[in-house]
Amino acid sequence: MTTTTYREALRAAHREALQRDPRVFIMGEDVGQYGGSYAVTKGFFDEFGPDRIRDTPLSELAFVGTGIGAALGGQRPIVEIMTVNFSLLALDQIVNTGATVRHMSGGQFSVPVVIRMATGAGRQLAAQHSHSLEVWYAHVPGLRVLAPATLEDARGMLWPALEDPDPVVIFEHAQLYNLEGELADPPPAVDIEHAVVRRAGRDLTIVTYGGSLPRVAEAAGTLAGQGVEAEVIDLRVLRPLDWGTITASVRRTRRVLVVDEGWRTCSLAAEIIAGVVERAFYDLDAPPARVCSEEVPMPYPKHLEDAALPMPPKIVAAALTLLGRSA
Amino acid sequence: MIAFGLPSLGADMDKGTLLEWRVRPGDAVKKGDVIAIVDTTKAAIDVECWHDGTVEELLVEPGAEIPVGTVMAVLREPGETSEQVRAQIDALRAAPARVAAPSAIPPERPAAPAAVAAGRVPVSPAARKRAAELGLAVDSIAATGPGGAVTLADVEAAAARAAPVSRGEAMRQTIAAAMARSKREIPHYYLAEDIPLALATAYLAERNAGRSVTERLLLAPLLVQAVARAVQRYPEFNGFFRDGAFVPGPGVHCGVAIALRGGGLVAPALHNVPSRDIATLNRALLDLVQRARAGSLKASEVADPTITVTSLGEQGVRSVFPIIYPPQVAIVGFGRVIERPWIVDGAIRPAPVVTASLGADHRVSDGHRGALLLAAVRDLLQRPDELAKATP
Repeated sequence: MTTTTYREALRAAHREALQRDPRVFIMGEDVGQYGGSYAVTKGFFDEFGPDRIRDTPLSELAFVGTGIGAALGGQRPIVEIMTVNFSLLALDQIVNTGATVRHMSGGQFSVPVVIRMATGAGRQLAAQHSHSLEVWYAHVPGLRVLAPATLEDARGMLWPALEDPDPVVIFEHAQLYNLEGELADPPPAVDIEHAVVRRAGRDLTIVTYGGSLPRVAEAAGTLAGQGVEAEVIDLRVLRPLDWGTITASVRRTRRVLVVDEGWRTCSLAAEIIAGVVERAFYDLDAPPARVCSEEVPMPYPKHLEDAALPMPPKIVAAALTLLGRSA
Repeated sequence: MIAFGLPSLGADMDKGTLLEWRVRPGDAVKKGDVIAIVDTTKAAIDVECWHDGTVEELLVEPGAEIPVGTVMAVLREPGETSEQVRAQIDALRAAPARVAAPSAIPPERPAAPAAVAAGRVPVSPAARKRAAELGLAVDSIAATGPGGAVTLADVEAAAARAAPVSRGEAMRQTIAAAMARSKREIPHYYLAEDIPLALATAYLAERNAGRSVTERLLLAPLLVQAVARAVQRYPEFNGFFRDGAFVPGPGVHCGVAIALRGGGLVAPALHNVPSRDIATLNRALLDLVQRARAGSLKASEVADPTITVTSLGEQGVRSVFPIIYPPQVAIVGFGRVIERPWIVDGAIRPAPVVTASLGADHRVSDGHRGALLLAAVRDLLQRPDELAKATP
């Protein structure tokens, strides 16, 4: 075991990918000389040179499109976008080109690109740098969408994503980069197919992902102190969803709470609840519930930002309500 | 620490009512001691403790109805101090579901739910499904769920309260449930064999000559022993069918069907039958019948049978078509011993004959093996002196 951080785990994964496969290169704003907005590629410019660590102009549309073109041409590009808010400028390339080419070429072309971006709030970066728009991508057939929330997944998801012949979008929650913990050496292999039960419990299932996982873990600890054993599912893969793991758990606990930093309306939480009701309606013992972000542009002041986010006290209160207990 | 939980005294038991403690805090108990009397739907049962220890605290009051598994008492293991055990008792207390309140105190009715549309009580899908299975009307069930909804737990609680009150009625329902389950789940096959008992009855007559009525050996223990030693040879008839597979019995514990005077029946176990001699078995059987009718069976006797023997001979019928008591996998029945014409050495002679029948679970065994089993019972009964001896 070695003590490391989520950021260092990502760095190690990228270095390994660059070393293992000469077709892998990284491109994005400030990934080279500056070392990456979140320092994931720090030092890589000197180590691997400007051909493989490529700084790009401030045009998401252009450099994501270039990445997709390089993938079509047989390379294995990793494209870093500073935040999900900025990725909207590249939606045309991702949704209209990256996700469709396999289908529209009758299977003749594939787009093995990996697009990484930061997501989420909590660092007082206000309404243009803080949103959780994962569901915009999870909506789109042709994409695989990942949300590593642990050191193992930060370290392990990149390689299988590069091996996927289709576009993979990876969301790194901005509050996770400094997450510290132990990582096995060598790091465990992980899949990019399944959700994982991070904590077993009998009273209710809490489904979450990404930056909400630590908050849910804290809430589950509080609940345990009140005699409520919550089962915590980390989705890990936001598209395609692993319904087997979700429904098996809900069938056992009969109650489901979804914690999602996205806005409530048309959220991933909405999709999960709909899917649970379709699959396990007769097993449910309480109406499904969700804790999402408040439906406002993310506020700048710390206390308002906290108030807008699904923080542990809200999660605990929602869980107790689901069990018919007052918060 | 030993946490003493209410044992299941049969496949159909899910709760019991504590009638009486036979121990007090501070008492030393040995393995096998009776520590409590618990009322089930079938009878008042002496519950034995399976550990040596010292009673630290009794957690359940007499009169309380508790689910199987509920921790009833805490015992100190040899060498443990009171202080070591106290903290763990507090932890047990903190888990409220495991320690039930006395049933004499009626459950508190929650206030009527506030946000319910007129004429419609919210019911969770799982609760509605379970209520339909139990035949309960959901709108009559007290609700404790979110928004005043009826939950699965509310339905289970209502079903428990709706349980019948009289012993006879309860036993009828218990038998009904067990036999309905047996006929629903177990694909029975039946075999029968006429068994001459001339040698066995001659053996008994000789042994009983000059003995007082209370000392006399009966035919029944001989029949039970024949079945017990036969299933040692064919072990697939001795055990349980659980979770889709056969589980062999941990020994041969023959349940003996005993009709009760008020109606109904029980089939408690004679333990480790094959190793016992006939005199011991005879005494044990008489004692068992007496205690079954007095309603003072031990928990292990109720819970342990691995195969059942039923004898309807006293009622004067020739043969029985017995129904297996689940989760057991076989039952052997004996009819009345009748003088019948029997051919011995080419000549027809009157001989005492009994019809033995086997009801067996076709998921576990086949007719060929069943036939061998009954043949073994027949042959064993032709050597009564061997059958009567204890085996190591």
